[in-house]
Amino acid sequence: MSKLVRYIIKISALITFGILFLIIAYILIRGIPSLKPSMFQWEYTSENVSLLPAMITTIMIVFLTLLIATPIGVFTGFYLVEYSKRDNKLIEIIRMATETLSGIPSIVYGLFGMLLFVIRLKFQYSLLAGTLTAAIMVLPLIIRATEEALLSVDNAYREASFALGAGKVTTIFRVVLPAAMPGILSGIILSIGRVIGETAALMFTLGTATGIPKGLFSSGRTLALHMYVLSTEGFHVNESYATGVILLILVLLINGLSTFLSNKLTKEN
Amino acid sequence: MDKIFIKNFNLYYDNFHALKNINMNIKEKEITALIGPSGCGKSTLLKSLNRMNDLVEGCRIEGDIFIDDKSIYGNGYDVTLLRKRIGMVFQKPNPFPMSIYDNIAYGPRIHGIKNKQKLDQIVERSLRAAAIWDEVKDDLKKSALRISGGQQQRLCIARALAVEPDVLLMDEPTSALDPISTAKIEELVQELKKDYTIVMVTHNMQQAARISDKTGFMLNGELIEFGKTVDMFTVPKDKRTEDYITGRFG
Amino acid sequence: MRNRFDRELDLLNEQLIEMGNLIESAIKTAVTALEEQDVELAKRIVEKDKEVDNMERDIERRCLKLILQQQPVARDLRLISSALKMITDMERIGDQASDISEIAIRLANVKYVKELVHIPQMAQATIKIVKDSIDSFVRKDTELAKEVIFYDDKVDELFDIIKDELVDIIREDIEHKEQIVDLLMVAKYFERIGDHAVNIAEWVYFAIEGEHFRY
Repeated sequence: MSKLVRYIIKISALITFGILFLIIAYILIRGIPSLKPSMFQWEYTSENVSLLPAMITTIMIVFLTLLIATPIGVFTGFYLVEYSKRDNKLIEIIRMATETLSGIPSIVYGLFGMLLFVIRLKFQYSLLAGTLTAAIMVLPLIIRATEEALLSVDNAYREASFALGAGKVTTIFRVVLPAAMPGILSGIILSIGRVIGETAALMFTLGTATGIPKGLFSSGRTLALHMYVLSTEGFHVNESYATGVILLILVLLINGLSTFLSNKLTKEN
Repeated sequence: MDKIFIKNFNLYYDNFHALKNINMNIKEKEITALIGPSGCGKSTLLKSLNRMNDLVEGCRIEGDIFIDDKSIYGNGYDVTLLRKRIGMVFQKPNPFPMSIYDNIAYGPRIHGIKNKQKLDQIVERSLRAAAIWDEVKDDLKKSALRISGGQQQRLCIARALAVEPDVLLMDEPTSALDPISTAKIEELVQELKKDYTIVMVTHNMQQAARISDKTGFMLNGELIEFGKTVDMFTVPKDKRTEDYITGRFG
Repeated sequence: MRNRFDRELDLLNEQLIEMGNLIESAIKTAVTALEEQDVELAKRIVEKDKEVDNMERDIERRCLKLILQQQPVARDLRLISSALKMITDMERIGDQASDISEIAIRLANVKYVKELVHIPQMAQATIKIVKDSIDSFVRKDTELAKEVIFYDDKVDELFDIIKDELVDIIREDIEHKEQIVDLLMVAKYFERIGDHAVNIAEWVYFAIEGEHFRY
């Protein structure tokens, strides 16, 4: 019996790993031969579909999204855990809102972003509209991660700090935040992954312009969008796979970096 | 001289009457033990002394507590100052997830001491007072989470001492420790008695009998009996005390 | 709760009663041996004293075990510590009964200078208070314990009477001086037994009331 269970477990693990391996292998096999130095040129032309502008746009949008979503998300998490009273109606509303937001399909964010930012506020397809939409989208992730991280900080730390005469703000910044940092960070990294991989929400807000955005009100495309557009157009399918390789490497890099950072943080403690 | 004077003190959590008309006077530089079954209010009473109950929602008090003849619940008593004067050690060792040095320096730092030399002095003095200096002096940069539980608890005592309190509250300080660490803490507590007034909640009656000067027995939020430990454990006055300490309770 | 401990305490009680019975019968037999000048009987008491000594060791061991394992407090602590003190007194009573018996052996072949009147009376009185002191422990009866403490005056009175008597006799009858000194010793032993009984009663009083008896 236990043998059977062991086999089932092993096979399940094998299937999971196998699928991942297949996907990666497929992309690498199809993509690597198409990788050319010319794809890393500053200019995108219809002859040379350079992916460098998309890469820079991706980094820009990730950075800007985090710039907006992280403080709001982290502080909301702090409010929910550290400041709100126990039978506060507002908390329940915020909790419900975040939960609902995290369950909404990304195309809905895209349409909402388009209606509000692109049309109503007249931002056009732009970095700003894309960033704001992406920020709304990752907010629940960051809030939840922060909340979880704070809740997992042993109350004994807070008590010890208060008992030494520390106030609430001191306690939060000196004791709670450092202890919760790895958890919060993992939420942020998850958000980065979400933004990098996002297409539907950005297509109607960021747009699909091929160049590097010249400002907040200028359109652009992320790597994922670039890949999507290339493959739907059908003229540059090989370049699309090559983009996939780059995207894959980027994701792996970010994962590696995040593991490194959280290890470093937890080790220090 | 009375260090702490608890007068007609009542405490409610919402509608629950957790402490019922407590009157008690705690002498300076004595060890006072609070014993009683779980939920009898002994920890609540302890936490009333440094107003840690303020943090609990729905907590309401009547009556007053005086420390050095000054009402700590009265107007204008600074809670920060109160907690600086009254150190607390908890049931489970709870060092902060930082280095040994930073743990001890935490209190002095939040109270405004920044001078490195002064902090060094405080750290050494506190660790010495808590009888752990010799064990950690070469590892001050080491994470406090990586020393043993018994050492952690002595570190927590040192952390409490670093802000120079004159009262130490201890909430079952040895219940999570092995017998040897427990013995060390008990030894230390008796040593600290020379300079501090100590109030200690304990589930271990032998511990109360071993180290305290006075013992208070609490039941259902009431202080049933309070007196010299020796008397309490040889000739308790109240039948309920007798039943509890001889283990024939309920 | 603490059923095991309570059972152990019951056993301790039983052993104390048993030891009490043992010393009580030792005193009774000693005085009979003295009265009837019965050497065999007297020898038996000297033998029996070993039993009392063993009993004392047994009870002592049980008390130490209880202190170690149960860490008694309050009435349990008083009970056990009183028991420890009581058995010392009880053992001494046993010794004295045996001492009386040894004198009885020595006096077995002499004719008493005077018919024994007060000595048996004294024996009765001490037997009574020894019995009462142990009963007071068994029944947790402080009134009885107090009675023992006061009744000892009677034993002391009897001792004084006997002493005066013997002093009078020795003045005229220097020939039997050894017998007279022996009889005085017997009286003294009974007087000591009375004192030990009072000690027991005082420990009983402490075990129950939590404070020492004040005269």
